[in-house]
Amino acid sequence: MGEIGRQHGGAQSGTDAVRLEDIALAFSLKGAKRYVAVEHIDLAVRPGEFVAVVGPTGSGKSTILNAAAGLLKPVTGRVSIFGDPLPSLNARAGYLFQADALMPWKTALDNVAVALEPKGVARSEARDRARGWLGRVGLSAFVDRYPHMLSGGQRKRVALAQMLIRDPEILLMDEPFGPLDAQTRQIMGNLLLDLWAANRKAVIFVTHDLEEAIALADRVVVLSAGPAAGIVGDFPVPLARPRDISEIRLEPAFHDLYREIWSCLRVEVSRAYATGPA
Amino acid sequence: MNRLGLLALQILVGLIGLSIWHVLTVYPVLGSPKQIQFFFSTPGAVLVRTWAELTTPDIWGHLWITLQETVLAFLFGAAGGIAFGFLFARNALLAAVFDPYIKAANALPRVVLAPIFALWFGLGIWSKVALGFTLVFFIVFFNVYQGVREVSPVVLNNARMLGLSERGLLRHVYWPSALTWMFSSLHTAVGFALVGAVVGEYLGSSAGLGYKIHEAESVFDVTGVFAGMLILTVFVIVIDAVVTLIENRLLVWRPQAGGHG
Repeated sequence: MGEIGRQHGGAQSGTDAVRLEDIALAFSLKGAKRYVAVEHIDLAVRPGEFVAVVGPTGSGKSTILNAAAGLLKPVTGRVSIFGDPLPSLNARAGYLFQADALMPWKTALDNVAVALEPKGVARSEARDRARGWLGRVGLSAFVDRYPHMLSGGQRKRVALAQMLIRDPEILLMDEPFGPLDAQTRQIMGNLLLDLWAANRKAVIFVTHDLEEAIALADRVVVLSAGPAAGIVGDFPVPLARPRDISEIRLEPAFHDLYREIWSCLRVEVSRAYATGPA
Repeated sequence: MNRLGLLALQILVGLIGLSIWHVLTVYPVLGSPKQIQFFFSTPGAVLVRTWAELTTPDIWGHLWITLQETVLAFLFGAAGGIAFGFLFARNALLAAVFDPYIKAANALPRVVLAPIFALWFGLGIWSKVALGFTLVFFIVFFNVYQGVREVSPVVLNNARMLGLSERGLLRHVYWPSALTWMFSSLHTAVGFALVGAVVGEYLGSSAGLGYKIHEAESVFDVTGVFAGMLILTVFVIVIDAVVTLIENRLLVWRPQAGGHG
């Protein structure tokens, strides 16, 4: 896809919701020299496309997401959002974090409503709309709860509502369901797909769980083991939608895909365990 | 252990303490009771004196003065601590430049400032407020500084991704976080405000609980000193209860200790 981008120039890249061109991301660690997390990353996500990024631990999956969010500046390369270079924070993207990111001092309702404040929505209207979104994620009965009174899955639902109420054009998700138990993950996955199907946005979904990646995404991108990880595989997922995450795992086509992608990912996972800290 | 049983044991400990005090000061166990009472008074006499004090209007005037000093010292100290805590936490250069001076000022035992403040602000309430201020300011300052600096980076990044402006971040993230830290030290801060007031009064004043105790002490009226201490203790417990009430109201969102989350 890097080829296509170069051939058609700027006009072509304007159609991509997110476009990372040859980016590298690095940190300076304390007491050590610079650590290059990822290198030579070319990734384009079209509007409405659901892309999952899988890779072994420490492969820099999250750093790619942070580059697309504008939270991390790449040392080299270009990040474009709908054809425009990304100057600082990506205002057109919503971000769902792996860790709890809700403000603990606000109720579920206020946590969701505050997301509308930057858009200049009046407080009472913001609260009404937040109530609607909490209903959509199944939390109507919990609007006045503080985050610590909610379960991990419920907190993720609040975070999902908080992200979606702003109606961002790009959704960035960093192993959002990682801390949840297996059943809750499936329920959250189906909820996410339902909400996404109603209003398709470009999605970059980072996960270490290949099954989850295939079940959710249109495309699965495989990262190599770090440091200086790169993209080593890019697989389309031609499974029909709408999908039910718990059902789709039983289909033969799913297994074929899983085997194909796993053969690519397995090499990197064993490399990661051989070199990095497990 | 049920509540009633625990309460009974707690009362029992108090009664045993009072009994020992009573027996040792009223009966000739260690020596002549007259002599012993000069130094230690007796629990009965202290209680009678305390009651007598509380039923005269005089003591309420002293309590009012001490309360005023405590509240003013706390309010000024907290306001200053919050302002400078925010300023320094958001401005790394300022914090770095002033760091040695802050440390030096905090290292100084503030009690030695009491005579200076008496000289500057007179023997009225303001010299005590100033002393309390120097104690409260640093506690609140360090906590707010810490609170602003240690905002969870995930919460902060999330708020930024939601598009909150710098003002929005201040209001929705930094301020509540700093308040949490401040409230975690609220009991200490209020306690120090009171220490400032009482020590200030003790060292030079014409009113307040500290003055009352000092006055009794200067005429070797041990019963009066103990009665003053008892009133002071009750006063502190009441203030602390009020602080707890305010704290519980403002920090409803905080998980209870031992709870999940």
